[in-house]
Amino acid sequence: MQETEETEGTDVKEAPASMNMSVFEDTIARDQRIEPRDWMPVAYRATLVRQIAQHAHSEAIGMQPEGEWITRAPSLRRKAILFAKVQDEAGHGLYLYSAAETLGADRTDLTERLIDGSQKYSSIFNYPTRTFADVGVIGWFVDGAAICNQVPLCRTSYGPYGRAMVRVCKEESFHQRQGYELLLTMMRGTDEQRVMVQEAVDRWWWPSLMMFGPPDDDSPNSARSMAWRIKRHSNDVLRQRFVDMTVPQARKLGVTLPDPGLRWNEERGHHDFSAPDWDELKRVVSGDGPCNSERLARRRAAHEEGAWVRRAAAAHAARRTARLREGRAA
Amino acid sequence: MTDEDLHVDGEDDLYVDGDGARWAFGTGFTDPLHGVDQSVPDGVDAEDLAACCLALGDDALVSAQRLAEWCTRAPELEEELALANIGLDLLGQARLLYARAGRADGTGRGEDAYAYFRYPEDFRNVRLAELPGGDFAFTVARLLVLSVWRLAVCEALAAAPDPVLAAIAAKSAKELAYHSRWAAEWTVRLGDGTGESAGRMRAALDALAPWLDELLTDRAAARQGADPAAVAARTRLELFHVLADAGLDRSDDVSPLETPAPPVPGSGRNGRHTPHLAPLLAELQSVARAHPDASW
Repeated sequence: MQETEETEGTDVKEAPASMNMSVFEDTIARDQRIEPRDWMPVAYRATLVRQIAQHAHSEAIGMQPEGEWITRAPSLRRKAILFAKVQDEAGHGLYLYSAAETLGADRTDLTERLIDGSQKYSSIFNYPTRTFADVGVIGWFVDGAAICNQVPLCRTSYGPYGRAMVRVCKEESFHQRQGYELLLTMMRGTDEQRVMVQEAVDRWWWPSLMMFGPPDDDSPNSARSMAWRIKRHSNDVLRQRFVDMTVPQARKLGVTLPDPGLRWNEERGHHDFSAPDWDELKRVVSGDGPCNSERLARRRAAHEEGAWVRRAAAAHAARRTARLREGRAA
Repeated sequence: MTDEDLHVDGEDDLYVDGDGARWAFGTGFTDPLHGVDQSVPDGVDAEDLAACCLALGDDALVSAQRLAEWCTRAPELEEELALANIGLDLLGQARLLYARAGRADGTGRGEDAYAYFRYPEDFRNVRLAELPGGDFAFTVARLLVLSVWRLAVCEALAAAPDPVLAAIAAKSAKELAYHSRWAAEWTVRLGDGTGESAGRMRAALDALAPWLDELLTDRAAARQGADPAAVAARTRLELFHVLADAGLDRSDDVSPLETPAPPVPGSGRNGRHTPHLAPLLAELQSVARAHPDASW
């Protein structure tokens, strides 16, 4: 990653830092995009690399909990849907790693940081998938929460990130509907299936609420990200949006959300709901969730077992380039 | 089909963006061949047509299952996408072929009846498809062999007397052209890459060689227009070129696939499989069989 504030090849390179900063701030204030070759403060670049890498890692690790069910999906249609969804997540990982690369980050380096634990991914993926109903509930809750988080990111101040999010959000929206449609089908099935759906809802509800991050009064990086318009809404606002969106969907589906404190507040025009167990979030983030070590171990194993393939591809590419050069010289 | 047929009761009022709410809930029909004239033309032996569709369908399903096992284990994200893409294509081919088989064999069985409620001895796939995953070199080598061969079969079947099979084959051929290109490119990369990668490719080809004969002598599609001799000749030629490009051919002009090791007797086409098929199917069928009355 680049440590200096100047970027190569731009005509603002020679300008004094104060002028650069005012151009940057003016661009943000006018709600326009910062592009890769524009000058940007070191901390803005670092914040974005951290956030985009964490997002990319979440897509890559997020393939695991659902990916485990592709080989066992109970109908060929569901198998195709799930296979395609998990493939989409790999695609999202690629767009996002590419967006991070426009900031000077290197994908190999980011992967190393993921598997050595120095960069994080969304804690939701550290929970296990116990039945096929989890596939539906993940689509409904986890993709639903991701949409609440990510739709505003389509207008984030850094251009490549925002543009990647447009496509990601379209696909996530499709995944959410597919998840919900699976649950609708299961709820019309046997009693056993209805129990399975409710049980999955009970397990995933609280971790899904935690996907929006800690409460606003305990979210140290939020204010600056909001000022830079990387982030546009606070964690609590987005969490409320998710709850308000999900409650009528739960009613339609015929499941109960496992919160006795959940009720409509006429005055606020929103649902009241209980706070998740924030200590649990801290534990899972710090590595002590049900599947943290398993998820990282799988990612690490894939990376290490694939090393000989990447070396071979690089060696072939180098030899091929050399042969082409020789051919041209001859 | 009316608009109403496509509509699932009241779901779309949960979403605010109008028409987009509707299509995500499916097409409203479950038969992959919905709307297609599925009668078997005069002069086509329905039983043979069904057997051909079943054999090619089982090859595709078992291959897709092996590719699905790679999910989250690929050496790069790009290859996650490619392997899933190929697996999805093959899964799609299996679904269409099962739908055709169910109609042609007169049982009216749907795709899931074939995939989830048959026993290993009822499966008709070639045994090469069911061998355990192995390393990336083995996956590339197997995909190369299977896709080059299946492409030759499907291109011939595109002129099959049954128009439904012909259409499925023509669609499949486009997909298989990509699969075989992907596998050929990786064969060249690995063959030309490092000593380790070339060694792994050679080991993979050696492991596959005894199972190749089953493909090259296969007659499953013979009466539907795919001449076994022509398919075998084309498969051999394609493989020869790719292996030569990869530097994996031998100095004595013998393809590593032309092993002195004798072919393994028997044929998956007769339901005689390796011990590897049963666990593959046990996993594939586990949830569906645990809940036989469920709807998914």
